[in-house]
Amino acid sequence: MGRYVIRRLLQMIPVFIGSTFLIFFMVYALGDPVAALFGDKAPDPATAARIRKDLYLDEPLWKQYLHYMGQILTGDFGTAFNGQKVTELMASAFPVTLRLTIVALLFEIVVGIVLGVLSGLRRGRSLDTSVLLITLIVVSIPTFVSGYVLQFLIGVKWGVVTPAVSPYAPFGELILPGVVLALTSLAYVTRLTRTTIAENSRADYIRTAVAKGLPRHRLVTRHLLRNSLIPVVTFIGTDVGALMGGAIVTERIFNIHGVGYQLYQGILRQNSPTVVGFVTILVIVFLLANLLVDLLYAVLDPRIRYA
Amino acid sequence: MEHQRDQPVTLLDVRDLQVEFHTRDGVAKAVNGVNYCVDPGETLAVLGESGSGKSVTAQAIMGILDSPPGRITGGEVLFRGEDLLTMGAETRRRIRGAKMSMVFQDALSALNPVMSVGAQLAEMFEVHEGMTRKDSRAKAVQLMDRVRIPAAKDRVGDYPHQFSGGMRQRIMIAMALALEPDLVIADEPTTALDVTVQAQVMDLLAELQREYNMGLILITHDLGVVADVADKIAVMYAGRIVETAPVHDLYAAPAHPYTRGLLDSIPRLDQKGRQLYAIKGLPPDLTAIPPGCPFSPRCPRAQDICRTDRPPLFAVSHGRASACHFWKETLDER
Amino acid sequence: MPEPEPYPEPRAVDPQPAMDAITPGDGGAMTLATGDARSLGEGPLPGGPGSAKSRSLWSDAWHDLRRNPVFLISALVIVFLVLIAIRPGLIASGNPLQCDLAKAQEGSQPGHPFGFDTQGCDVYTRTVHGARASIAVGICATAGATLLGSVLGGLAGFFGGWWDALLSRIADIFFGIPIILGGLVFLSVVTSGSVWPVVGFIVLLGWPQISRIARGSVVTAKQNDYVQAARALGAGNRRMLLRHIAPNAVAPVIVVATIALGTYIALEATLSFVGVGLKPPTVSWGIDISNASVQIRNAPHMLLWPAGALSITVLAFIMLGDAVRDALDPKLR
Repeated sequence: MGRYVIRRLLQMIPVFIGSTFLIFFMVYALGDPVAALFGDKAPDPATAARIRKDLYLDEPLWKQYLHYMGQILTGDFGTAFNGQKVTELMASAFPVTLRLTIVALLFEIVVGIVLGVLSGLRRGRSLDTSVLLITLIVVSIPTFVSGYVLQFLIGVKWGVVTPAVSPYAPFGELILPGVVLALTSLAYVTRLTRTTIAENSRADYIRTAVAKGLPRHRLVTRHLLRNSLIPVVTFIGTDVGALMGGAIVTERIFNIHGVGYQLYQGILRQNSPTVVGFVTILVIVFLLANLLVDLLYAVLDPRIRYA
Repeated sequence: MEHQRDQPVTLLDVRDLQVEFHTRDGVAKAVNGVNYCVDPGETLAVLGESGSGKSVTAQAIMGILDSPPGRITGGEVLFRGEDLLTMGAETRRRIRGAKMSMVFQDALSALNPVMSVGAQLAEMFEVHEGMTRKDSRAKAVQLMDRVRIPAAKDRVGDYPHQFSGGMRQRIMIAMALALEPDLVIADEPTTALDVTVQAQVMDLLAELQREYNMGLILITHDLGVVADVADKIAVMYAGRIVETAPVHDLYAAPAHPYTRGLLDSIPRLDQKGRQLYAIKGLPPDLTAIPPGCPFSPRCPRAQDICRTDRPPLFAVSHGRASACHFWKETLDER
Repeated sequence: MPEPEPYPEPRAVDPQPAMDAITPGDGGAMTLATGDARSLGEGPLPGGPGSAKSRSLWSDAWHDLRRNPVFLISALVIVFLVLIAIRPGLIASGNPLQCDLAKAQEGSQPGHPFGFDTQGCDVYTRTVHGARASIAVGICATAGATLLGSVLGGLAGFFGGWWDALLSRIADIFFGIPIILGGLVFLSVVTSGSVWPVVGFIVLLGWPQISRIARGSVVTAKQNDYVQAARALGAGNRRMLLRHIAPNAVAPVIVVATIALGTYIALEATLSFVGVGLKPPTVSWGIDISNASVQIRNAPHMLLWPAGALSITVLAFIMLGDAVRDALDPKLR
């Protein structure tokens, strides 16, 4: 088990370097952060050169990258061009997005798995057919469409919740945005759970369990669920990253000042340290979530634990 | 014989059982009127090719038929005189595993991969006898000892994939015998095992059967196993029993051309060098079983009557029957 | 927001269900020497997916598809969409860029069933013309990602070794970038508003998914007995790949690609909505929805028509993929 964890950790390193370098390359090599800083005005050449030197922008790209990563390891994410520390922006943005992601994840896990299990157990019946149809429709409606429509209906027309979220974004106000963020993943989780439940309920070991005379609830909870949820757990884990990344759209719709908002602002203003810093953190979160999934996988499936 | 007097009725009596499967190509008649019975302590071997309906019959008896697509369309399964097919689901569940149980062919896929073997064994006691987790764990260790798994105490927490094929099948047997059932159905219990291990597992099963005086239905296509352990044989073909006989009678002189073909296709040391006999043709498509005797297209003895009239089971002698119009001729052939 | 299809591992399709086991019982064992190894009860039924009478996977799948209403409806919708993508003039004769500010945000009226948007453009004409960009991005991006992914993944699965390991790590890197985030970063430096940068970006982030599927199904196909037999008979790599492995490994790739097509269309719309995808004057549902979203309280019709068209398009492709998967993968039935 220990060796397994270490192996997974080592495998993460090249992926981390690759992903962050790719982002770094796109932001710094293809945009011109200094020009962006001055907006429409042509910068004074001497000032521009000084800024470039300060930011190591005159060095080759790989050196800039190494320098940047070195700074990050000491907790210094640099300063946004407006003078605010990137870490300050993070401190205000990440908790908001984290709350949003938690709401979405909870919704996705609870509703998705329950619906998936129910329809998987009733394969071919009317509940199953309608769940399949609804999830298909939900998958087909892009988040930004369902977001606006739900905001309009629930927030504006019926006035059930406030349509916009206040800057502190408490959990209560994040329920609707969380649901919107989760919808697509929720549909996938439902379908995946249904498929694995349906597949596993035909497995030989389930037939054995029936032949053992187990009551139905025990059959489902002890034998069927644990085997069926292994791939679902994998999906949900990898989805954490996608949810946090996808929050850009949701946060824009509901005017939530989270990671997506800051990133969007950063990109609009070509605020490179902000963009690279936030993305780096998101990549780390994504990788850690994957590691967590791998560990959970090993806990759930002894065949991996002892491999 | 004390035992016999308590149970005046047969342990298991299958009467005219019929099972269908609904497939894309139509209705496959997998079991078409099977009759057999088993007494306590008796071993019935059910012999047949894949697709002959032997496993489906067993699943119908156990109540683990996949339905849909499978469906029992007729017949009775009397267990100690009570029809299992008309029984309530809950009553039937209590019988399953406790009074009658099953040993499956491939223990690796038949055991839950993510549950320790100890937990899977202990579960039997928790569910059927309401034992505590601790007591049932101790029982599981005893059972593993009983089926001669070395260091049972240390291995009770291990998972199925950590055992060898033979050991896994022993666990499967332990599970089936955990509550000392009256009837055990073993569906090709040794087919998936190495030849060297097959005999050990079969011996263990036979030994435990004698000890508990259980009825045993042994489903197999291995004629070698049958000769050693069975009391009587039922040969199945296309969902029907074509011959049933005490084991030694059948080996001495088969009364059905199909049985004869099976026996002739066993390689024999004293006939080394001769070409091995093979029954020509294929088993019939179960969605369109030919009229008359289903074996007639492949039968060396077939006459016109075989293609038109379906032969009933003719009584050959005491405890012996054959579904062949020419059973006498077949019997006399040797 | 499209997610990767939830297949951590490819669900390999049994490549040749019609190929019955022709291996006789191992020599000497006392098994019934009666030839065929048909199974019933313990396995698939006769005529079921396991032993169909010499039907191939493909003709079997086609047989199923023709009778599947989901397939028929989605195929019909897609044919229609492709048609109006090629010739929008067939059902909308107006010019989507010709607008009349005086009619801004007006509702439905004769000749203009969907009303007008903020710039006074006819929503019906714009919705019809918007199909072109979506379909073009969907088809081009899917073609590119599938080609790149299946060639790279297929070779990795076939040859294994360091190439396989390297490719897996590279694919991991692209997987490590959340897709909308990547779009924001990558596409914000592009000034062109045409479909090509968007197609390029989707191919760049989409191929790893296809390559994983292709790799997995090639590895599965490689392990088949008849492939091993072909190898033993001296078939060369080229012949092995093209004649024996590729035909048996394409089914899962086709399934994933069809579903991906739908999600790519949704992705394009999302990127256009965020402002980094297609840009005016390209007519795109994503842009129209984005513009309309500001006015949703006053004129919801401006949002609902393009949003509905987009959703139906995505739905049609996902349903098609679903139907194809059901037909090609008997195990899921």
